[in-house]
Amino acid sequence: MRVLMPDTLEEAYGMLAAEPLTPVAGGTDLLAHWPGNHDARKRAYLDLSGVSGLRFMHWGDEALTLGGLTTYSDVIWDSRVVEEFPLLADAGGQVGSIQIQARGTWAGNIANGSPAADGVPVLMAYDAVVVLGSEEGDQEVLLADFYLGYKKMRLRAHQLIRAIRLPRREYDFQRFVKVGARNAQAITKIGVALTRSEERWRVVVNSMAPTVRRCPALEAMLDEDRPVSGPEDLLTAIREDLAPIDDIRSTAAYREKTLARVLYFDLKGVCPSFA
Amino acid sequence: MERREGISKLLGRELYIDDVPMDRGLWGATVRSPSPRGRIREVRFSPDVNWDEFVVVDHRDIPGENHVWLIESDQPVLAADSVRHVHEPVVLLAHHSREMVHRAVRSVEVIVDPAPPVLDFRLPPGADGIQHGTDNVFSHIVIRKGDVDAALADAPVVIEGTYETGAQEHVYLENQGMVAWIDGDVVVVKGSLQCPYYVHAALTHGLGRAEDRVRVIQSPTGGGFGGKEEYPSVLALHVALLALKAGAPVKMIYDRPEDMAATTKRHPAWIRHRTGVDLDGRLLAQAVEVVFDGGAYVTLSPVVLSRGLIHAGGPYACDNVRIDGRAVLTNSVPFGAFRGFGAPQTIFAVERQMDKIAEELGMDPVELRRMNLIREGQSTATGQIIRDGADRLEVLDRALDLSAYREKQEEHARFNAAHEDLRRGVGLSTYFHGAGFTGGGEVHLSSVAKVEARPDGRIEVLTSNIEMGQGTLTIFTQIASESLGLEPDDVVIAEADTFRVPNSGPTVASRTVMVVGRLIEKACADLVAKLGDSDLRGPDLKQAIVDWYRKHSGGVLDGAARYEPPPGTSWDEDSYRGDAYGAFAWGACVVEVEVDLRTLGTRVLDVVAVQEVGKVLNELLARGQIQGGVVQAIGWALMEECVWSDGAMVNNQLTNYMIPTSDDVPPIRVDFLEAPYAHGTGGAKGIGELPVDGPAPAVAAAIEAATGTHPRVIPVTPERLMELYDGA
Repeated sequence: MRVLMPDTLEEAYGMLAAEPLTPVAGGTDLLAHWPGNHDARKRAYLDLSGVSGLRFMHWGDEALTLGGLTTYSDVIWDSRVVEEFPLLADAGGQVGSIQIQARGTWAGNIANGSPAADGVPVLMAYDAVVVLGSEEGDQEVLLADFYLGYKKMRLRAHQLIRAIRLPRREYDFQRFVKVGARNAQAITKIGVALTRSEERWRVVVNSMAPTVRRCPALEAMLDEDRPVSGPEDLLTAIREDLAPIDDIRSTAAYREKTLARVLYFDLKGVCPSFA
Repeated sequence: MERREGISKLLGRELYIDDVPMDRGLWGATVRSPSPRGRIREVRFSPDVNWDEFVVVDHRDIPGENHVWLIESDQPVLAADSVRHVHEPVVLLAHHSREMVHRAVRSVEVIVDPAPPVLDFRLPPGADGIQHGTDNVFSHIVIRKGDVDAALADAPVVIEGTYETGAQEHVYLENQGMVAWIDGDVVVVKGSLQCPYYVHAALTHGLGRAEDRVRVIQSPTGGGFGGKEEYPSVLALHVALLALKAGAPVKMIYDRPEDMAATTKRHPAWIRHRTGVDLDGRLLAQAVEVVFDGGAYVTLSPVVLSRGLIHAGGPYACDNVRIDGRAVLTNSVPFGAFRGFGAPQTIFAVERQMDKIAEELGMDPVELRRMNLIREGQSTATGQIIRDGADRLEVLDRALDLSAYREKQEEHARFNAAHEDLRRGVGLSTYFHGAGFTGGGEVHLSSVAKVEARPDGRIEVLTSNIEMGQGTLTIFTQIASESLGLEPDDVVIAEADTFRVPNSGPTVASRTVMVVGRLIEKACADLVAKLGDSDLRGPDLKQAIVDWYRKHSGGVLDGAARYEPPPGTSWDEDSYRGDAYGAFAWGACVVEVEVDLRTLGTRVLDVVAVQEVGKVLNELLARGQIQGGVVQAIGWALMEECVWSDGAMVNNQLTNYMIPTSDDVPPIRVDFLEAPYAHGTGGAKGIGELPVDGPAPAVAAAIEAATGTHPRVIPVTPERLMELYDGA
């Protein structure tokens, strides 16, 4: 095993351009699988933890920008973020354990590409833009367009997630619901982030498809105020948007029904079209 | 009194077996069967590995008998020509590099010609599935009292119910681990274990060595719960075989996935009740059928079944009882000892059945229990007459009072009407647990405890009973110091080393305080008597010891005691009649839950556990036992589920096998009633297992009250509850 430890972003870009490396920020995803994962020991790693200037929260007039090394804890304990982007704190506070929250980064959560990532749905529901840096310069990709398939994403081998930009908007509804097998330290069975801004809904779901994804059919139902008289009225759109499976954590049927119930009960007092 | 090993654990100074440095030793690892059943055609070693660097052991290297010594001789130490479960050990490897040996395991391929496996213990096996006797039944036990068939035929109401409980993983914090080395002509094994003399016996048989050429030492043990009762014998044999062949020390430490996949679990159970009652709810007949999944080998299944059956009727008086139980073979990793030892399964069933009876008769479940709880002079299913001075009704009433059971029911009716997506409910269970070995087991064990005075006046306690987090070192110190009037610091507890300590039996069956503690008291009295004045205590005793050693140069002043059964007890193993246990402890548990109708997830809001355990010797430790047991039972009831494929656990990581976190359990409220037991240490009865018996049925009853569903299978996962709720 080899670990490269750059001090600056430029140095990191250079190392990435020279050979295939696995970038490591907080290391939490790597550590979880380390003991039994013998292949992981053969790889070469780019340890970003020493790179200066990557851990920040910058408030611009138009956007909040999180650095590539900004952790869940950084956000959870920031009162301004909690006020303006409350779902980041909601979701960040439900990721793994307190130790994971202290080390794990938002950018790492995106780049790890897990369909169960808890940080990604809320970022996507806030229309986050991923800023990819490399020796060639920056490239920006809407997070909603970032994933191509299971663990496949618009991130080339020489690129790093340098920053995450969240447009500042007025939201009149924001909610994140995580359903796990217990109240803490659980991998999500069903997760949903909901926002509404200027009459437009964002519905983002994790653990119910090969990637975290937005749900256009559900969003259309909400945007168009289509009548919903019970959870079962949402199932068709859920099946159109998502493809849950039976696995060792839950069943496809449970995931579909539970998402429908969560949406129904949580939006009932919010959407006049929900009876 | 301060916990003896508390500071060293708190400061991280306690050396668990994996912490013991290994300078010149080797690391061992296990090559396992990939297949649930079949003949081993070939074991193929990859040419890509230089095997000369490795020590390789297979069944041909076993000097003694190739079986793990226990009740029956069916489980091989290493599979020879056939396998009966996935993960069955076949070949052992050792290397000086921990990393290399684990990598090399993947370079050995066990090729098996498959045979049809038996995977569902609830179904009768087909002819091609028979692997034990003529019917795959490891053990069949029937308990009979009165005339059940006649009583059922005459009963005004007969109620039937079927119940199932799942496997449970122990999740001790410290994984299984052992070190072996050769000291002259002695094989020494040191490791994480509950029963030094079980391991000792397994080694003498498997290695074909005399008893004095095998030495077993317990290392500080990070939890057991039964998972380190019989399994460590397997690991001890493996590590000793490697050390013998290597001629060097060998250490084997399972990582969590291997530990969860390859070691024992709580027996899954299927239980059917047919109960005859009169219209007032009085029990007239109990017919109970029990099937336990034993897994691939007999191991301890017959005794787990036995304890399960003795508790299967619940703490109730009934004149006509038939409990018919079997433990059967499947091609799964063997199921084994787990805190409660079969009783949590059967008590879950009988308690759910009591709730069903109450519902069908339109009765209050509290009143049904109150009517049927055993009164002084009445008898259990085995005909054991209970006359212990305990007030079982008071246990029940105290739990109802403390939990505000009635008030909660009213509160919940209002709460549920006011909430569209939340439902609250409260549930109750009453239960009992026999302490010590069953029937003649303690007589057969014939345990011995010793105490030895040191020339400076301190006293050393020598037993084979071990600390694994439950407080043995502390309570033994307390028992010896109180019985001799000495300070706790004047008492030393000997390391559980078979070269030094006598066989006081295994650290299981809630027997440590009640049975072994009593032997320590008697051994202390024996020692004092040797000084010629049985009343010596405290400083006078210390002085007398110092004086004794001045006069007896080279001598040892000691005391010993051997187990004697309480007078008047009798047990007939053939008919399963008589006094199954020296004493029963009694409990009542009230659980309050909230079910989220969006997710059908259950949150436990409140737990009250009231028990009568004889005299409570150390309230802090006793509360800890109760609270820990309750948490373990809540996990079993709600979320702990082994996911199986070909008889192997496939969610064998802590990320996918869920145990409750501190955010999943409320503060657990504990209270004790005390009716001193004449034959237990200071009046104490057993306590370790009772708390696991009650919470699961109370959780299910609370969910029933909240949702109107009828949970009969645990764990009541949200997935399972959603099916019940949507089907209801």
